[in-house]
Amino acid sequence: MVEVTLWGSLGAIAGGKSKVEIEAKDIRELFRKLAEQYPGLEPYIDRGIAVAIDGTIYRDTWSKELPEGAEIFLLPRLAGG
Amino acid sequence: MNFDPRYSGRNFTSVGTRPIRPDGVDKVTGRARYGADFNMAGQLVGRVLRSPHAHATIRKIDTSKAEKLAGVKAVITAADLPDLTDGDAAMYDILDNCMARKKALYDGHAVAAVAAVDARTARQALKLIEVDYEVLPHVTDVDEAMKHSAPLINDAIFTEGLEQKPVKPSNVTKRTQYGHGDIHEGFGQADFVVERSFKTEQTHQGYIEPHACVANVSSDGTADLWVCTQGHFVYRQHCAQLLGMEASKLRVTSSEIGGGFGGKTHVWAEPVALALSRKAGRPVKLVMTRDEVFRASGPTSATSIDVRIGARKDGTITAAEATLRYSCGPYAGTWAEIGAMTAFACYKLENVRTVGYEVLVNRPKTAAYRAPSAPMAAFAVESAVDELAKEIGMDPVEFRIRNAAQEGTRSSYGPVYGPIGIGPTLEAVKNHPHMKAPLGKNQGRGMACGFWFNFGGQTCTDLNIGMDGSVSLAVGTVDVGGSRASLSLVAAEELGIPYEQIKAVVADTSSLGYNDMTDGSRGTFSSSMATISAARNAIKVLRERAAQMWDIPVDDVVWEKGHAIAKGEKYDNLAALSLKEIAAASGKTGGPIAGHSELVADGAGVSFATHICDIEVDPETGSTRVLRYTVVQDAGKAVHPTYVEGQYQGGAAQGIGWALNEEYIYGKDGRLQNPGFLDYRIPVCSDLPMIDTQILEIPNPNHPYGVRGVGETSIVPPLAAIANAVSNAAGVRMTHIPMSPPRILAAIEAERGG
Repeated sequence: MVEVTLWGSLGAIAGGKSKVEIEAKDIRELFRKLAEQYPGLEPYIDRGIAVAIDGTIYRDTWSKELPEGAEIFLLPRLAGG
Repeated sequence: MNFDPRYSGRNFTSVGTRPIRPDGVDKVTGRARYGADFNMAGQLVGRVLRSPHAHATIRKIDTSKAEKLAGVKAVITAADLPDLTDGDAAMYDILDNCMARKKALYDGHAVAAVAAVDARTARQALKLIEVDYEVLPHVTDVDEAMKHSAPLINDAIFTEGLEQKPVKPSNVTKRTQYGHGDIHEGFGQADFVVERSFKTEQTHQGYIEPHACVANVSSDGTADLWVCTQGHFVYRQHCAQLLGMEASKLRVTSSEIGGGFGGKTHVWAEPVALALSRKAGRPVKLVMTRDEVFRASGPTSATSIDVRIGARKDGTITAAEATLRYSCGPYAGTWAEIGAMTAFACYKLENVRTVGYEVLVNRPKTAAYRAPSAPMAAFAVESAVDELAKEIGMDPVEFRIRNAAQEGTRSSYGPVYGPIGIGPTLEAVKNHPHMKAPLGKNQGRGMACGFWFNFGGQTCTDLNIGMDGSVSLAVGTVDVGGSRASLSLVAAEELGIPYEQIKAVVADTSSLGYNDMTDGSRGTFSSSMATISAARNAIKVLRERAAQMWDIPVDDVVWEKGHAIAKGEKYDNLAALSLKEIAAASGKTGGPIAGHSELVADGAGVSFATHICDIEVDPETGSTRVLRYTVVQDAGKAVHPTYVEGQYQGGAAQGIGWALNEEYIYGKDGRLQNPGFLDYRIPVCSDLPMIDTQILEIPNPNHPYGVRGVGETSIVPPLAAIANAVSNAAGVRMTHIPMSPPRILAAIEAERGG
């Protein structure tokens, strides 16, 4: 079980929660279960969400494991120049 | 991906040296081929008709007269680019921006295009196209656009992110919020509070090479596109989707690039050129004029930002908040959101809140510009930080050191930081001789910090070893700042061979797997990871071939300094085999030797910089002169230090132009008044001092060599560093960028008058 912090507008879609607990071993499973439990998040996941694991931001490595006790933070997927 | 990206702390032989870049000779002798340097037999000239109105309904377009003109081979409108975006709102915006459909949304918005046998005929044809416009009220100012009375740009837009769902459409597409703690409680603990409002005007990346492409659609439905871009694979995806093609049937080749800085991450003319070629049945070359680049490509946001910061007498910040309003052009964006995330990222804050508003205006669609959105936010925050330090009576560097984020700090945008470099850059600045140099009359010194995320992304690289032992490195990230040199150094490092034995090229989209754009400071970070992986895969093959040549088990062969070595006592008499010897024998040991890599490079690692600027202000005219400028930035590991320094200097130079001169000026009619380099003044060499640099190397734990991106962070601090310098020199706080002579003079006179 990992605790996932959602950024402001994402939290509003997840029923006003800023944190949710999900049983997930990696980013792929996290997104799948988030979409199952909070269907409103699915379009955001499709558009792209980045996951910060203990401060390191992952945008595409959906196989990245979510270590027990790690800080998991969802962020919008941003572009650079 | 079977590749371990963790930092290994190795010693380097090639990485960190400064060889001559492989593309250098061609560039300085004029042989390098940029976007407009490519030509095809039978090629037509493409030209685009653009709206002269900031906001207008397109009632009718009559192209019949243009089509009848001798020499005109195709005329297109939005009807020739039907909507194939299948509900993808972002792609629809790109389509509409390439060719206006129902409304022209800004001065310069494309409404039709022609392909003709020569430029003169094409220009004549444009004059024969009749567009019936119904001119609508417009708005170009970010604050004005937020007012309820403002002309509505898109009546289907309802503000996202509000607590209550709005019932009326708005020019504000989205509200976002970041932060933690309780800012009311934090401000309650403050002994000093600074509150200021700031504005920054819209600027363009100012790349010297205009957008240019040659498109050739064949009658069998396949196509070629030669184009100046930061990401030919992304261009292929977008163009294929917009034109209803299979991506594999469109081969895109990237030319050399004369600057991009985020402005060449979006398609503008390319789908138009392809549609023209498809209709004409001939190749079409489309090159934007400078006027078109300014009016119809993607500048950065204009902004309006309020900042409030409170601190105790001891210099500890107790609370910080900012409201950031960023213009997006006429299409939704996430520019204010990025500003809201980056604004306070340099600091360790218990109580922080930022709110961003994305605002539609009748200006070109905003595009990324080098650490997009961060420089404006840093300008506002770092100006207020400087002022607060002054009110408390602390040295501005010491004040920042006291409040700097460090490993374990919760960032203002959410996650807790790993190892970061803001503290070391501040310490380096504190101890830098620049900070101790004397200043003269009317001279001021400013310093400021900046943050950028950096990104990685999908990356594919091929490393092919020739029969003569020379190495071809094919990468898919466009070289915008010397990455072919740095990636060759990385390949040399892994293989243990000289840099000169390697030739790196940027492969076209039919020769290599998909690569994301060269943006987010990812070029060297991502492609070096893929190059390391490809080289290690090639070494595995080289060891296998050596084992065959010796007829021994491959497990007894190791790779050291460019040679296969047989290990163990029974192989003592076997002379090491060089890469060249193994390559020469490859035809008899299994064929070509290569290493490939396809991976997602993630964990780019955030980056920080601190800049120092000395400036002299003429109090009689408001004119300024930058006297000295120093950049201190963390690179993780500088693969080719000269090009890292070049990135630092380039960001500072662009920031100096942005801070002091550059701005989009619109008339009351909503038309851009200064779409040319005479009236939109970017700095030239004589405007700049030699920009000093100091590279710090705090390894990124998520890259084998510790590399971080370096391309963007250097443009984040300059607006603020220069504003602090000007404010100190002029004796009045500057709150509006650019600090052009009239604005400085007005501020000085207002201060005197007050």
